[in-house]
Formats: sequence, structure tokens, C-alpha cells
Amino acid sequence: MNWLLVVAGAVLGAPLRFLTDRAVQSRHTTGFPWGTFVINVAGCLILGTLTGAAAPPHLQLLLGTGLCGALTTYSTFSYETLRLAEDGAGLLALANTAGSVFAGLGAAWTGVALGQALWG
Amino acid sequence: MSGTETQSAPAAAPAAPHPWRGQGPAVAVVAAGGAIGACARYGMGLLWPTAHGAFPWTTLVINVVGCAVIGAFLVTVTEGFTAHPLLRPFFGTGVLGGFTTFSTYAVDAQKLVASGHPGTALAYLAGTLTAALLAVWAAARLTRRLLLARRRA
Repeated sequence: MNWLLVVAGAVLGAPLRFLTDRAVQSRHTTGFPWGTFVINVAGCLILGTLTGAAAPPHLQLLLGTGLCGALTTYSTFSYETLRLAEDGAGLLALANTAGSVFAGLGAAWTGVALGQALWG
Repeated sequence: MSGTETQSAPAAAPAAPHPWRGQGPAVAVVAAGGAIGACARYGMGLLWPTAHGAFPWTTLVINVVGCAVIGAFLVTVTEGFTAHPLLRPFFGTGVLGGFTTFSTYAVDAQKLVASGHPGTALAYLAGTLTAALLAVWAAARLTRRLLLARRRA
């Protein structure tokens, strides 16, 4: 059952990242990977909210481990940062790194506070 | 300006196709890959659980390994071989995207700070970031060298 919850969350989360990334990337012409950035920050907010709300284990598996885990990505984030650095956009690479980490942490903290306030 | 250009009506820019158009097969393989990646991450978490307040080694290893693999994989399929068009969405976006996680990274740090371990949180944040970026860079570089050596051979 636990594995099924993880799979159910992941089959929603991974395509959601793929489609959101395509939609966001088609709407701007800069070299900045806004798609992955937006998805990672949104995922941190959702997982933070689940944590703050002390969601029951089955919801944690479905929405936390499955959905948020498959929605957010460290591998694409690091590869896009490497590509920016290799293409000579060192400043954008730095902005992506610092921006993702700080915005992700901010979203995680905001989510926890939100979850505690609403359901905690 | 040439005659044909002045005669032609100011043509509206052709509307770009919707970014989701024709992506059905890619969405399906991303979903399948994402499920495989997420199960691998969940399984590793069951095998090597992180104690409350302890350094989240399992998630760090997952993220760093995923970054090394994506560096090697994407260099291989973009610079080395002509891969099936669905291989990149399946393995890169699906499996590796489902395996690695940014949300757990951030929320792990929040939990460590909230439970009175800010030093561990800082070491985890900086350690993961440094190791992940080094891993993707080193794997991409090594793969390029191997591809070059193979071409020369």
C-alpha cells in the first residue's frame, strides 16, 4: 500500500513538472531556467505545509514522498546551473543557485508556518 | 525593401503551437520514469532511515548520485549518441527527476533548525549543494573525455 501511494504521487508529480516547465519556458526568452526554479520553490511550499500540518503518514507518502519528491528535482537544477556556467553566464548560474536555495528555504519555512496555522 | 515585401500584408506572426501539444508519449514516459525514480528514493529511505535530528545522509547521497548520473547521461545523449526521442524524457526528466528531490532538501533543513540543530542544517545545505554541483560538473567533464577518446580510437 505504501509503495502504491508513492507511485500514485509520483505519476502525478513528474508529468506536472514536465508540463509546467514547458509552459513556463515557452513564455520567456531569457536563459534563466525559470521552469525548474518555480517548480522547486512550489514543491518546497507544499512539502513545508504538509510538515507543518503534521499530515497523517499516508498523506505524507502520497503528497510528500510521491508528489513533491517527483515534482521537485535536484538533478535538473544542478545540470541547468552547469549549462549556464558553461555557456559563460556565470552570474545567472550563481543567481540560479543562490536564488533556488534561498527561495526554496523561504518557501519551506512559509509552508510550515502556514500548515501549523491552518491545521497544526 | 523589396516589392514583394511592401505588397504583402503585415503578416501576423504564426502562433507558436501550444507547448503541451503532441507531448502525450513524453508525459507517459515521464510518469513511468518518475514512479521508478521515486520508488528508488523511497526504498533507499527505508533501508537507511535518518534518525530525528541526525544529518540526512540518505537524501544527500540520493541527490549527489542523481546529479552525477544526469551529467553523464545528458552529455552522452546530446553530444555523444543519437538517442531515441523518448529516452531523455523517460530517464532524465522522469527517473532522475523522480529520484532526486529539492523539496526534501529544503524541508530537511527546516526540520533540523526547528529541532535545535542549526549547525547540522547549515552543513547539510552547503554540503549537498557543493557535492551536487561538483558531481554534475565532474561527470559531464569525464563523459566528454570518454566520448572524445572513443571518437579518436
